[in-house]
Formats: sequence, structure tokens, C-alpha cells
Amino acid sequence: MSTTTELQKDAGTAGTSEETLLELESMRVFYGAIEAIKGIDLTVRKGEIVALLGGNGAGKTTTLRTISGMLQPRHGQVLYRGERIDGIKSHELVQFGIGHVPEGRRVFSTMTVRENLEMGAYRFSSVDSAEMDRVFTLFPRLAERRSQQAGTLSGGEQQMLAIGRALMGKPELLLLDEPSMGLAPLIVQQIFEIIEEINKQGTTVLLVEQNATQALGLANRGYVLETGEVAMSGPAADLLADSRIREAYLGEGAA
Amino acid sequence: MSLQEFWDYLVLGVMLGSLYAVIAIGYTLVYGVLQLINFAHSEVFMLGAYGSLIVLQLVNPGDNPTAVASIGFVALAMAGSALFGGVTAYGLEKVAYRPLRRRGAPRLIFLITAIGASFFLYNLAGKLFGRDPLPLPEMYDNHNVFTIFGAGVNITQLLQFATAVVMMIGLDLVVNRTKLGKGIRAVAQDAEVAGLMGVDIDKVISRTFIIGGVLGGVAGFLFANLNQVSYTMGFIPGITAFAAAVVGGIGNIRGAMFGGILIGIVETMTVPLLGDEWRSVSAMVVLILVLMFRPMGILGERVGRAA
Ligand SMILES: Nc1ncnc2c1ncn2[C@@H]1O[C@H](COP(=O)(O)OP(=O)(O)OP(=O)(O)O)[C@@H](O)[C@H]1O
Ligand SMILES: [Mg+2]
Repeated sequence: MSTTTELQKDAGTAGTSEETLLELESMRVFYGAIEAIKGIDLTVRKGEIVALLGGNGAGKTTTLRTISGMLQPRHGQVLYRGERIDGIKSHELVQFGIGHVPEGRRVFSTMTVRENLEMGAYRFSSVDSAEMDRVFTLFPRLAERRSQQAGTLSGGEQQMLAIGRALMGKPELLLLDEPSMGLAPLIVQQIFEIIEEINKQGTTVLLVEQNATQALGLANRGYVLETGEVAMSGPAADLLADSRIREAYLGEGAA
Repeated sequence: MSLQEFWDYLVLGVMLGSLYAVIAIGYTLVYGVLQLINFAHSEVFMLGAYGSLIVLQLVNPGDNPTAVASIGFVALAMAGSALFGGVTAYGLEKVAYRPLRRRGAPRLIFLITAIGASFFLYNLAGKLFGRDPLPLPEMYDNHNVFTIFGAGVNITQLLQFATAVVMMIGLDLVVNRTKLGKGIRAVAQDAEVAGLMGVDIDKVISRTFIIGGVLGGVAGFLFANLNQVSYTMGFIPGITAFAAAVVGGIGNIRGAMFGGILIGIVETMTVPLLGDEWRSVSAMVVLILVLMFRPMGILGERVGRAA
């Protein structure tokens, strides 16, 4: 794996002193003969919140699944800290410090809240109780329900649990796939505040959302995917001001 | 049927049922993690019995072993069966199922492979070990040790029941209290997300086969200790235990235990009531009745629940 050229290129981008954590290079992903991701470039630097936006079927989930090793790109590469990680299985990738909150939460419904959090720490030899306390501080509602079966939690609580579970793996980079999906505005607000808090505490975030306004309100930068291609990208404020974004997503985002 | 007969058969039924339960766990565990009916599990059971036979032929207990020696022989025979069962199940997963999983083969292909593997294994056993049934060498002097509800229980029966119960408790602890158990449950519920948590799915599946194989193998020894060892011995108990797993709710471990005991009792009770020839029929009748009224099995809720 020769990665020196990529590293040099990173050093050239942007004026920030921050290092590049994740880099997708002309990544193309297929489902059989169908090309879902048609060659995208995307960078996430340490400490950032990057929003990945786009409508239904744009390829957001496919992108996240490829980053965390559930899918392999057919062309291009995925680099983490300059090292190629495409081809590495997802259970090994966890050791790199990549956490993934999947679309639709997918908590272990017949396990308790506590067991779900313990599952999040599976990669460690033992469960760090300080980390669990931190999760319970972020999500007091989970603390109250620690012995409850996850399947009986409300949608919002399940989303909190899915995020908490990923945090138990102490990720350096957290991938979030539509955490606001199907939740009431008040809960969405709470979840976004917590994402901001998690980021402040040092976790880099790649946030997939259809809820463009709110996601860009939080993010440093954003990418807009359209049918597997990056249609726009740039600082969040610029994207928020862009008339095309306003037309395409703000109407949807309010729904 | 007199009251005493009732108690006698009930005790026998629970004991036979405990064996079915242990075998049924093997089906249900594998189903939990792979959604595969491992029809070759009956051959794991059969080869476990051969494992104990081979060990006993090697150590040769002779006549009238001392009590201490008897315990040793039993332990060795059990270890032999556990080893054969575990290795067979491990090999099955590695050689037969894993390549299919890699290629994302459809369910039906898995099922056909399982049946093919079953044919292959029992014919191989017939070729290697001969086609005549063989009794296990005597490891101890069998006699009644106590009576319960007036029914006498001998050492062989006690050994069978106690071992089955210990294995079930052990398994329950492994599944509910250990990290491996948590991994098994996570893979059963959502293998992909389990992978995201750092669970090595291949390793968990492999270990699940080994656990099921050890249980099945030891059950083979216990069964042979009551009957005989033969290359076709797996078929009927295998099918019956599979029915037990489905009755209890396939994928549910406690369901498999419950289904096993239930079918053991029904089968045994059929003998004095209807005659020996109705035994296996009665197990299938229970299966059909349960499927008619509760298709998910008695304790079954939904697929993917392993405990
Ligand atoms: N397993 C699959 N097999 C075939 N095609 C798939 C599969 N999963 C996704 N696709 C296709 O890939 C494209 C991208 O899907 P993806 O799930 O990544 O979109 P998305 O941006 O996450 O959409 P949404 O916002 O609705 O979740 C879609 O056209 C979809 O139909
Ligand atoms: Mg999606």
C-alpha cells in the first residue's frame, strides 16, 4: 500500500493545520451492474462536522457503507489517515476508530439498553464504565431505561441508543446515517445538539442527512450528492446561501 | 395404564426429552446465526457416538472396573464424543457452508448442501466403521441408584439426564453471560451491525457450530450408551430433535429445551397408550399441531432471537 502520494496531496489542500482523517478518491460503487456511486471525492478533516446531503437514492447510505467496509468500491480508494482501508472488513475497521450509526438505527431489539451499549464496546476486552457513564450523561433517558429491552424504546430513544452504542467504541470518526429520520422536530433538535456536543468533545463527524438546513447549520462543510455524483460542495454557510440548495432541499427539509 | 406406569414412562420421557433438547439446541443455534437448517447435525450426533466408541476401544475398560476407573472411562468417552462432534461441526461449516456464504448463495442451496453433507457423512461412517451396529463397551456396572415417583433410575439414565442438564445450564450461561454469547446473539439479530461493533462474524459462526457440535456429539454418546452405535443412528433422533426445535420456536434456545422435553414425554407416553410403532408418529403429530396453531413455535417470537 503506497500512500505517500496521497499524504502529500492532503498537505496541499486547504489552509488549515488540521490533518485529513478520511479521504474518498474517485470512488465508484456498484450493486451488480448498477452503478450507485459514480466516482466521488470527499475529504473529512479531524475535528470537523461534514454534512453529506442528497435526496432519496442519491447514494448517501451506499457511501457510508463503503467507508465502513460493508461494501467494496470497484474503482478508486478509501483512505483513513492516509492508509488504504477499502478491502478491510467492517469488524476489523472498527479498530481504526470508525464508528457507524446505521440508517434506521438497527439497535439489538431483544437486548437491553445496557447490553446494546456493551455491544458497542465489543472491540475492547472489557467495557469501560466511564464511557458508559458519559453516554448516560449525554442521554439521561437511556440511563433511566438501562434495563429495558431496546425494542420497546421509542424511535427517538432508539436513535439515542444507536448513537450511544457507536460512542462506546470510542470512535475518532463517527458516521451518522440520517439520525433525524422519522423523529419529531423537538427530538431532532435534541439529537442535533448532542451531535454538536459529541463533536466538541473531540469526535469528527460525517453526517448524512436529508434535513439540509439543520445539518448545514451544524456542519463546517457539506457535500450534495445527486444520483451518485457530487453535485455541489463547499463551506456550510455557502451551501446554505446557495439558491439551488434552497430550491432543492429547503422545501423538503421542512417536511 | 396404571398410575405407576404413568410415573415410570414420565420419568423415561423426561430423560429421553433431555437428549432431544441437547440435540435440538444444535439446530436452533445454527439457525439463529445462519438461518440454516443444518440437516447434517444428525451426523454430528452419530459421529460423536463413534468418537466415544473409538476412545473406549482404545482404553478398553475390561471387566468390573473400579468406581474411580469407571468415572474415568465415562469422562474419556464423553471427551471423545465432544471432540468428534465439535470437529465434525467445525469442518462442516468450514468446508460446506462457508464457501456458499462467501458467494451469497440462496437459502435452498444451503439446504441441499446440508442434506448432501448428511448423506456423505453417514455413508463415510458406514464405510470407515462398518455397517453393523456395535454396543459401547461397558464402562461401569449398571444398577438402580434411586427411585423417583416409584420409578427406578439406573446409572445410565442418571448419567444421561444429569449430563444433559449440566450442558443446558452451561450453554445458557455461555449465551447470556459471556462475550462470545453476546456476539452470538448479536449476529443472530443483525449480523451486519454486529460486524460494525467489531464482532468477527466468521469466528462467531464457527464457534457456534463448535458449541452445537460438542452438545450434539455428547448427546450421541449418551444415546449410544442406552442403545448402540451405528452409522444410521443419527437419522431418527436428528429428525425428532429438529421437530423439537421447531415446536419450541426455531432460533430460541430455551424453546429448543422445552420442545425437546415435550416431545420426549409425548413419544414415550405413546408407547403404553398406542404401542411402540406409534412413537415417531406422535412426535410428528405434535409438530403438526403446534405448526397449525402457533407457526412460530411455542416460545418463538420472531426469527433472530437466540435466547
Ligand atoms: N442492495 C442494493 N441492491 C441494489 N441497489 C441498491 C441496493 N442498495 C441501494 N441500491 C441503490 O443504490 C442507489 C443509492 O442508494 P442509497 O441507499 O445509497 O441512497 P440514499 O442516498 O441513502 O437514499 P435514502 O435517503 O433514501 O436513504 C439507489 O438507487 C438504490 O436503489
Ligand atoms: Mg440512505
